[in-house]
Amino acid sequence: MTGEVASKPTRHLHRPLLAPSVGALFLWMAVPLAMTLWFSAEHYNLLRPGKTAFAGWENYRDLLTHRALWIAMGNTLFLVGLVLAITLIFGTLFSLLLNQDFPGRNVCRLLIIAPFFVMPTVSALIWKNMLMNPVFGLFAWITRSLGFGTIEFFSRMPMLSIVLIVGWEWTPFAVLILLPALHSLNPEQIEAARLDGGGPIALFRYIQLPHLLRPMAVVAMIEMIFFLSLFAEIYVATGGGPGLASTNLAYLIFRDALLGFDVGRASAGGVIAIILANIVCFFLMRVVGRNLEDLR
Amino acid sequence: MRRIGQVRWELAIVVWAVALGMFFPILWMLLCSFKTEIAAVATPPALFFHPTLENYHAVLERADYLAFARNSVLVSLGSTLLALALAIPAAYSMAFFPTRRTRDILLWMLSTRMLPAVGVLVPIYLLWRDLGLLDTVFGLILIDSISVLPIVVWMLFSFFREVPAVILEASRMDGATQIEELVHVLLPLCTPGIAATALLSIILCWNEAFWSLNLTTVKAATLTTFTASFSSPEGLFWAKLSAASTLSIAPILIFGWMSQRQMVRGLSFGAVK
Repeated sequence: MTGEVASKPTRHLHRPLLAPSVGALFLWMAVPLAMTLWFSAEHYNLLRPGKTAFAGWENYRDLLTHRALWIAMGNTLFLVGLVLAITLIFGTLFSLLLNQDFPGRNVCRLLIIAPFFVMPTVSALIWKNMLMNPVFGLFAWITRSLGFGTIEFFSRMPMLSIVLIVGWEWTPFAVLILLPALHSLNPEQIEAARLDGGGPIALFRYIQLPHLLRPMAVVAMIEMIFFLSLFAEIYVATGGGPGLASTNLAYLIFRDALLGFDVGRASAGGVIAIILANIVCFFLMRVVGRNLEDLR
Repeated sequence: MRRIGQVRWELAIVVWAVALGMFFPILWMLLCSFKTEIAAVATPPALFFHPTLENYHAVLERADYLAFARNSVLVSLGSTLLALALAIPAAYSMAFFPTRRTRDILLWMLSTRMLPAVGVLVPIYLLWRDLGLLDTVFGLILIDSISVLPIVVWMLFSFFREVPAVILEASRMDGATQIEELVHVLLPLCTPGIAATALLSIILCWNEAFWSLNLTTVKAATLTTFTASFSSPEGLFWAKLSAASTLSIAPILIFGWMSQRQMVRGLSFGAVK
């Protein structure tokens, strides 16, 4: 049901009702954005207050010619791409399983979506200490018992370990969106496919998958926004290390700004992060905009 | 074709295995929280042990845990109330009095979510420092409420649009003003939707880590910051850490389970109804 256009006399109230939200969001967007742009063109270090100077492109040149930025960009894209693939594949798989009828499916559903509600710092701690710790961790005990020795998760493969943690946190998100989408499929359509002799694979390929494409796109876009500035898991689990091995763009900016006090360089990094996010945002807007077609 | 009513045990076993596997890290933490510190780091891992509540006692007796918990409650409730106060009128006006620009405004609101937090970390940090908002609960409420605002508006909008405009028009015929119409007709009709929206917002604010890690240190630090502070000591206080973590996630996990079906709207921006 759509709200119909109201009678003329009540329309004048439209603006005052909308203004606080729009104003707050506009301030939130415009002011920091302008400041980030401004600082990125300045030499500005918090340890030398009052000694700012115009820097032009120097902060950008510094960043772009330093390998730290490229490593962080690489790590950011690696993380986004891999976790996205993991969450979409497993999210679809789990949703298909939960869409069947079997004893206890509601309990299973609750258990599977649970990781999404765990605060990121706690997830990182559970995995880092209790599961992946090379001495006392459960995984170390399992691999040692099987005769494989110990896997040094965070020193040998820090990015993959982070991917594992984030994948565990966000697969439930995909299930949360994709399972109701599967439910919303018209049962008659499924019945018709079955009567035509279609097996489960044909059913998935020709009916369920096409129906899931749009929700999948939304999952992918929303996850991208979060993964592009993933911070807490890295902060807790690896601190960006060893070296720069698990530093992503968000962590690099944090290091420059709050550990290195270099406002200028951190702001230039911020602008680069914003540009990256905007490329993603462009596609999200097109997908989501279609959900609002009836407002036109 | 399967007979109807036949129980599919092989399927049940597979899904239960998947479900328990996904839940296992949380379950393991829960078990650890009832172990003694020595049992918590024992190899081989102790599966059978005398459960103890001493970790919970120890955590709750530490005054600082309660201070962090209080900050988390204040920040998530405060941000949610502020976001609802801003969003309800906006969603109402867009759902019932759409104009040519409504679609653009909704999309623009969503686009503010795309601004990565790290991109504006520096100016927000400096602004908050100059305004005296660093490490204050109010400062964190301001930033959290703005960052959930787009999701809250979208979710309320999708609930409000399901209310037939006729109902509101009937009350208008009876001479109700717009505010009366909103308060006495629409809000009672949409209570479940508003509750689901509030729960989602509370969950997001409770688990928010980026701003609380960067803008708070001691006074206004929330449970996310508190748990993060355990990242350095190696294997010393796992049982107490588990107890503190369990207490920190339990209320939110329960909220999440309660509102999972409705919150999908807010999370999918209208792609799934």
